[in-house]
Amino acid sequence: MQTFQFTRAKDIDDAVKTGAASPTAQQGAGVRYLAGGTTLIDLMKLHVETPGKVIDINRLPLDRVEETADGLKIGATVRNSDLANHPIVKREYAVLSQALLSGASAQLRNMATTAGNLLQRTRCVYFRDPSYPCNKREPGSGCPAIDGHNRTLAILGTSAHCIATNPSDMNVALAALEAVIHIQGPKGKRAIPIGDFHLLPGDTPHRETVLEPGDLITHVMLPKPSPGNRSIYLKLRDRQSYEFALASAAVIVTVDRGKISRARIAMGGIGTKPWRSSDAEAVLVGQTPTRESFVKAADMLLKGAKPQSENGFKVELARRCLVHALTLATQHA
Amino acid sequence: MENQSIEGAVSVRIRVNGKDMNLNVDPRTTLLDCLRESLQLTGTKKGCDHGQCGACTVHVNGRRVNSCLTFAASLDGDEITTIEGLGTPEQLHPMQAAFLECDGYQCGYCTSGQIMSAVALLKEPVGPSDADVKEMMSGNICRCGAYLNIIKAIQQVRQA
Repeated sequence: MQTFQFTRAKDIDDAVKTGAASPTAQQGAGVRYLAGGTTLIDLMKLHVETPGKVIDINRLPLDRVEETADGLKIGATVRNSDLANHPIVKREYAVLSQALLSGASAQLRNMATTAGNLLQRTRCVYFRDPSYPCNKREPGSGCPAIDGHNRTLAILGTSAHCIATNPSDMNVALAALEAVIHIQGPKGKRAIPIGDFHLLPGDTPHRETVLEPGDLITHVMLPKPSPGNRSIYLKLRDRQSYEFALASAAVIVTVDRGKISRARIAMGGIGTKPWRSSDAEAVLVGQTPTRESFVKAADMLLKGAKPQSENGFKVELARRCLVHALTLATQHA
Repeated sequence: MENQSIEGAVSVRIRVNGKDMNLNVDPRTTLLDCLRESLQLTGTKKGCDHGQCGACTVHVNGRRVNSCLTFAASLDGDEITTIEGLGTPEQLHPMQAAFLECDGYQCGYCTSGQIMSAVALLKEPVGPSDADVKEMMSGNICRCGAYLNIIKAIQQVRQA
């Protein structure tokens, strides 16, 4: 591992000020915030991340979950296991608890944080191996995944430059829950809806989020749960446990007098970012919760799907995943 | 490793198996390397070194973590427990005794990680079934395939 300077953030302002010295907050950042370390330290060992400075933010007072008038406030450094097992999350935001518990291992969930998971990097094997070119790691060097091993990679949101999947389960649930990311940066505070937080790769796959140098995620806000909703996270993968999704679905559905009155749908494992589809949601509203309407919604979500050489199976897998998730979420309604 | 002359060394105060220590660490030092190379606590094993196998599992403030993905420098004021702090040959921790009794290992390389994980699991919200235990132990790989007896050992302690 390349050496670096290690400091402990005294407070949020100190972290922001130190972070602002980095030329970028994206790939190639000279300064990185350290929370759980499960992505950062892994990638530093692989020489994918080579920050000259690491700021430890673990002691900042950002580790609380609080119920507010607007919803649920989740601190940046709340650990995945604590969030998943929080009584309010289990009761009111089941989809989030399920998504978190479906990810990684018990040890990693004890370490990984809310903000860290928002910034989790792709598992594309070419990104993780600096002996290969990768437009995300080294802009302009090429994408060997497009003609290479791409079985686990994306079918939605891809570009000619990058087809890497966003690997997070939590992000998929947060997308369906319409979470808002709160950031403190050198120019002050701002709030970004999760749908606008992650960027499509386009011709700049090294830019994954809207974060700028010095930006520190302080917390995530979840709006109050919509009354009478039922939510579920369904994850399909090669192994039953401790594996990334090939396709996953976060659905939040309200059925009122036999008709779907509200639906929120996001999918993981198939997109270059957490894939919310308001078009698929619109297909469902006003319909009776039947297999036929679920298939229509899934077809709408997957309309623009562009399979690669090895991942054509994901189109059908994702379709079945969403149909099954919607079936489970509505079967006792 | 704890040498004042290390460039960019970080001072860290930790408690390991009940013993307070003041260390000066290279910021790159993981908790795993610190335990094995500096403190000679070699019961904690290095498997993949990337958080994928669980061989390096220890407790930080009572919670199980992968010590290979933890910088020692980030643990100032924290309490660490390793397999050496769990029991002694004369007085085994009940989980250690159960692993022996149930033959919950073959080569033994993953065993300290398995046991540290299993001990932490006792205090976590885990359902009663074997399937629940399997799910919550999926972060500990055993290449010999001693899984059935590992589950048996854990369930024996949970049901005692």
